[in-house]
Amino acid sequence: MSVRREEERRRSVFTRRALMLAAGQAALFGFLGSRLYRLQVVEGERYAMLAEENRISARLIPPPRGRVLDRNGAVVAGNQLNWRALLVAEQTQDVGATLETFSRIVPLTEQEVARIEREVRRRRRFVPVSVREFLSWEEMARIEVNAPDLPGILIDVGTTRHYPEAEHLAHIVGYVAPPAERDMDGDPLLELPGIRVGRAGIEKHHDQVLRGRAGAVQLEVNAVGRVIRELDRREGVPGQDVQISVDAGLQKAIRERIEEGTSVVVLDARSGEVLAMASQPSFDPNLFNAGISAQQWREWTRNRATPLINKATNGLYAPGSTFKMIVGLAALEARVATPGDRVFCPGYMDLGDTRFHCWQRRGHGNLDLRGALKHSCDVYFYEMAKRVGIDRIAAMANRFGLGVDLEIELPGTKRGLVPTRAWRQAQGKPWNLGDTVVHGIGQGFYQITPLQLATMAARLATGRAVQPHLTRSIGGRPVRGGRAEDWPLLGIPERDLRLVREGMWAVVNEEGGTARSSRLPAQFGVMAGKTGSVQVRRVSREQRERGFRVESMPREWRPHALFVAFAPYDNPLYACSVVVEHGMSGAIAAGPLARDALIETFTRLRTAPALPGSRMAEAPGAPRP
Amino acid sequence: MSEVFERRLLTRDRGGRVLRKLWQIPWSFVLLLCALAAVGYVALYSAGGGAPEPYAAKHALRFAFGLVLMLSMALVDIRLIARFAWLAYAAGVALLVLVLVHGNVGKGAQRWIDIGPLQLQPSELMKILLVLALAAWFQRASWERVGNPLFLVLPTLLVLVPMGLILKQPNLGTALITGMVGAAVFFAAGVRLWKFALILGTAAVAAPIAYEHLHDYQRARITTFLDPESDPLGAGYNIIQSKIALGSGGVWGKGFLHGTQGHLNFLPEKQTDFIFTMLAEEFGLVGALTVLGLLMLAVGFCYLVALRCRHQFGRLLAVGLGTNFFLYIFVNVAMVTGSIPVGGVPLPLISHGGSAMLTTMLGFGLLLSVFVHRDAEFGPARD
Repeated sequence: MSVRREEERRRSVFTRRALMLAAGQAALFGFLGSRLYRLQVVEGERYAMLAEENRISARLIPPPRGRVLDRNGAVVAGNQLNWRALLVAEQTQDVGATLETFSRIVPLTEQEVARIEREVRRRRRFVPVSVREFLSWEEMARIEVNAPDLPGILIDVGTTRHYPEAEHLAHIVGYVAPPAERDMDGDPLLELPGIRVGRAGIEKHHDQVLRGRAGAVQLEVNAVGRVIRELDRREGVPGQDVQISVDAGLQKAIRERIEEGTSVVVLDARSGEVLAMASQPSFDPNLFNAGISAQQWREWTRNRATPLINKATNGLYAPGSTFKMIVGLAALEARVATPGDRVFCPGYMDLGDTRFHCWQRRGHGNLDLRGALKHSCDVYFYEMAKRVGIDRIAAMANRFGLGVDLEIELPGTKRGLVPTRAWRQAQGKPWNLGDTVVHGIGQGFYQITPLQLATMAARLATGRAVQPHLTRSIGGRPVRGGRAEDWPLLGIPERDLRLVREGMWAVVNEEGGTARSSRLPAQFGVMAGKTGSVQVRRVSREQRERGFRVESMPREWRPHALFVAFAPYDNPLYACSVVVEHGMSGAIAAGPLARDALIETFTRLRTAPALPGSRMAEAPGAPRP
Repeated sequence: MSEVFERRLLTRDRGGRVLRKLWQIPWSFVLLLCALAAVGYVALYSAGGGAPEPYAAKHALRFAFGLVLMLSMALVDIRLIARFAWLAYAAGVALLVLVLVHGNVGKGAQRWIDIGPLQLQPSELMKILLVLALAAWFQRASWERVGNPLFLVLPTLLVLVPMGLILKQPNLGTALITGMVGAAVFFAAGVRLWKFALILGTAAVAAPIAYEHLHDYQRARITTFLDPESDPLGAGYNIIQSKIALGSGGVWGKGFLHGTQGHLNFLPEKQTDFIFTMLAEEFGLVGALTVLGLLMLAVGFCYLVALRCRHQFGRLLAVGLGTNFFLYIFVNVAMVTGSIPVGGVPLPLISHGGSAMLTTMLGFGLLLSVFVHRDAEFGPARD
C-alpha cells in the first residue's frame, strides 16, 4: 500500500520535473533559433541583400617565398617575376570555348587542355586556374588585344623560383615543383595557381619556413566579378630567408675541378658547417619550374651517372683504408694493443687456409700504429681487427659518424651501414673471423657516404662529436653556434687521438707516406690525411698469380679512390673527404683533389694561418723525424 | 532472484523474445537518426571539398557501425544494464585516469587514447556512465530519502570525481557539461530546489577564483567571447568568421558546395566544431532550422521515453541521456553563433569524429533499451 503510494508520489514529482527540464530545453532551442534568425535575417541583412545580386568573395594573397642565401649572403634561390594567364571558370559561359579561342592565340597542347579542365573541375569555380605560365611580351600583347573574346581569362604576375647557380648547388638547395595531391596538408595556400613547394634539399627541409602563410582578403564582388570594395583583410606572413653555410664560389670552383662520378665534401671542422658539397654530375633545378618534360625526367633517371642523386649524401661506398684510423682507435681503447706494439708484415696474413694479402706484396716488415697508418699496411690492421672484434670496431665507427644518421638538412639522406655480428646474424648468416679481418681494412659490407667520411675527419681532428649541418640562420636569426665547444667530446683520450693524427700527418708529409704528392703548398700550412681504395670486383687468386693489373679492367670494375683530410694539422679548421668512383688509387686520383679543395677553401675563406716560410718540415707537433 | 532470473533470461524462448523486442523498437526514431546522419554525410561531403574523402565516407561507415551497436544495446535487458552500471562507472573513471597518464595531447590537453584505429575520448563516454550510475543510485530512493542530505553525499561525489579528472586534462567545457548532466539527473530525481540554489550561489562566488586558475587559452576564450572584436586575428577570428559565414548564408543559403567561407578555409575546423556553420552557410536559415528541428525531435523523444517508462531507473536514464544529447547540440550551436565561448564540442551525428559518434549511438542504445523494457519490474523504493 505504502509502496504504491510512494511510487506514485515519486512518479508525479519526476513527471513535473521532467516537463520543466523539457520546457527549459525547448526554450533554449528557441533561443538558438532566434539567434540564427537574427544573424541570418535581421543583423545579416546586408549579407542577405548581397546574396541576391552580389557576393562576398574571399581571395588568398600568396606570400613571397623566402630566399636561400649562401654564407656570404649571395642569393642561391630567389624569386623572379612570372607573367601568366589564369582562367576563372565562373566568369565564362563555356570553359571549352574559351580555351579553344585561347589556343588559337597562344597554342596549348592537348595535355595542357586536359590538365586545365581537370583542375577546373576539381576546384571551386571562383578559384583561378593557371592556363599558361612564363608568357612572353608578345604573347601577353596578343592576349590583351583579344581580351573581349576571352571571357574568364586574366593575366597576372606571379613569381617563380630562380636558381642563379643552376646545377652547382642543385643537390643542396634542391628544387620546387607544383604541389601534388599528397602535398595538400590543409594549407589553403597550396590551392593557389602557380604555388610551388620544396621537393628536395633545403627547399624541402625548410619548406614551411620558406613558404610563409597566406594572407586573405574578403571582397564584395558583383555578379560579373568586379571588386566593389574590400571588407576584411588578413595579412599573410612572407616566407623567411634561409642562409646556408655553403660558400657558393667555393662550391663552384670545386665542382668545375672534378669529373663525373666524383664527390667532394668540405666541412668547417670545428662547427660542422658544410662549406662545400659537390657531386658530379648534377642537374639544373630551374628546369623544374615549368614542370619538366617526361623525356627530360627519363633522361635524368636513366642516366647511369645519376645526376639527380647527391653522391655526397646518398652515394654508398666502402671506406677502404680511410677506415684504418677507426680500427686503430678501437684497438687502443680496448687495450689489445699499445701505441708501441709492433706487428710484422710479411706481405700477407694466413687465417686457417685462407691467405689475406697486404697491398704491398713484399711486406712492410715491423710496424707500429703510426707506421701502419703512414704506409697503410693491411696486415697490421688485419691483426688488430682480429684482436678487437667487429662489434667494438663498429661501435667506434658509429662514434665517428659512420653508419649513423647525421641529421643533415637534406631529406632522403642515406644512413649507410656499419656491419655488426648481430646484423649479419639477422640475415641468417654467421659472422666469421675472416669477415672481421677483411672489415679491418675497410672492405666488405660497409656502406658509408662521403659526408660521413668528412664528418669522421672533422671528429678525428677535434675529438668532438661535430655534427655536419647546412643551416646558418633562418630569417636572420642564427640557428646553431659555430664553435667546437658546442659539440660534446667523443670521450677518446687525447693521447690516442694524437697518435692517429700523427699517422695521418705522416701519410702526407713524411718520406714514404702514401700521399706525399698531395701535401699543401707551404703558405697554407700542413695537411693530415689518409688514402683509400676499395675494390668494386673481387680479384681472384688466379688473376693475382697471372700478374693481374687493375688498369686492364673495364672502367666500371675499377676500384674507387678515396681520401680524407683535415688542415691545418696543428690547429684544424677544415675537414675534407673525396671519393672518385673508379679512380683506382686514393693517392693519385683523390688526394690531389682534396689538396686543391683545401687550397681553394683557405683562399676563399681567408682564414688560412698567415705564417711566413715553410712549416712543413718542422711543424710543431710533427714529432719524430 | 538473481540466478533464476538470469537463467530465464538466457534460455527461455530466446529467438521469439528477440523478435518481440525488435518489434518493440520505435523504428521511426531510428529513421530520424538515419536522416540526421545523412545530413552529416552531406555536410562532410562539402567539407571534404566536394568528395566523400576524407570525411563523409568514414562518417557513413561509423554511423553504420553505431547503428548495429545501438540496436544490439536495445535488446539488452534494462535490469542487466542497471546491475552493471556501477562496474561501467568504475571502468569509466579508470579510463579517465589512464588518459591523464598515457593519453594523447591535442591542443594542449590530454584527451584521447588510441585503441587500434579508434581514438577514444573517455570524457565523452563518462557522461553516459555517470548518468547510468546516478540512475542506479536514485532508482531505489523514495521521496523522503532523496530529501536527506546524507543520501546525496555519494551521488555528489559520483559527479565531482569525473568532473575533476576532466578539468585536469584540462577540458573546461566538457567538465561543465558533465556537471550539468549530473545536475539534470539530480533535478529529475527530486532533489529539493533550495539545494540547487545553494550550489548556484556557491558557484557564483567561486567563479572569479576559478578564473584565476584557468589556462591561458581558456581565459582567452572567455575574454574573446565577451569582446570578439578585441582580437580579430587571434582567438576571436573563429567566431567572427563563423558569424560572417552564417550571415552571408541568408535565408536560402549559397547552395550546396558553394559556401565561400568554408571552401576557402576561412572557417576553421569546418569538419568538426564548425560543421553547423558550413550547413547554415550553404543551406541558409531554412536548412539550419530544419537540422535544428530534427535534433530537437530526437531530444523530445528522450522525454517521451522517460514519461512512458514505469521504473525510476529508466526515467532518470532517459532524462539524463536526453539532457546530455541536448547539451551537445546547444553548446555547439551556441558556440558557432557566437553566443557562448568556443569550446571543442562537436555536433552529434553530424560532425566528423569517431569517438563522439560511438558514444552518441551507445547512449541511444541505452535509451532504446529503456523504451523496449519500459514495463520491466524493479524492486520497490526504500526509505
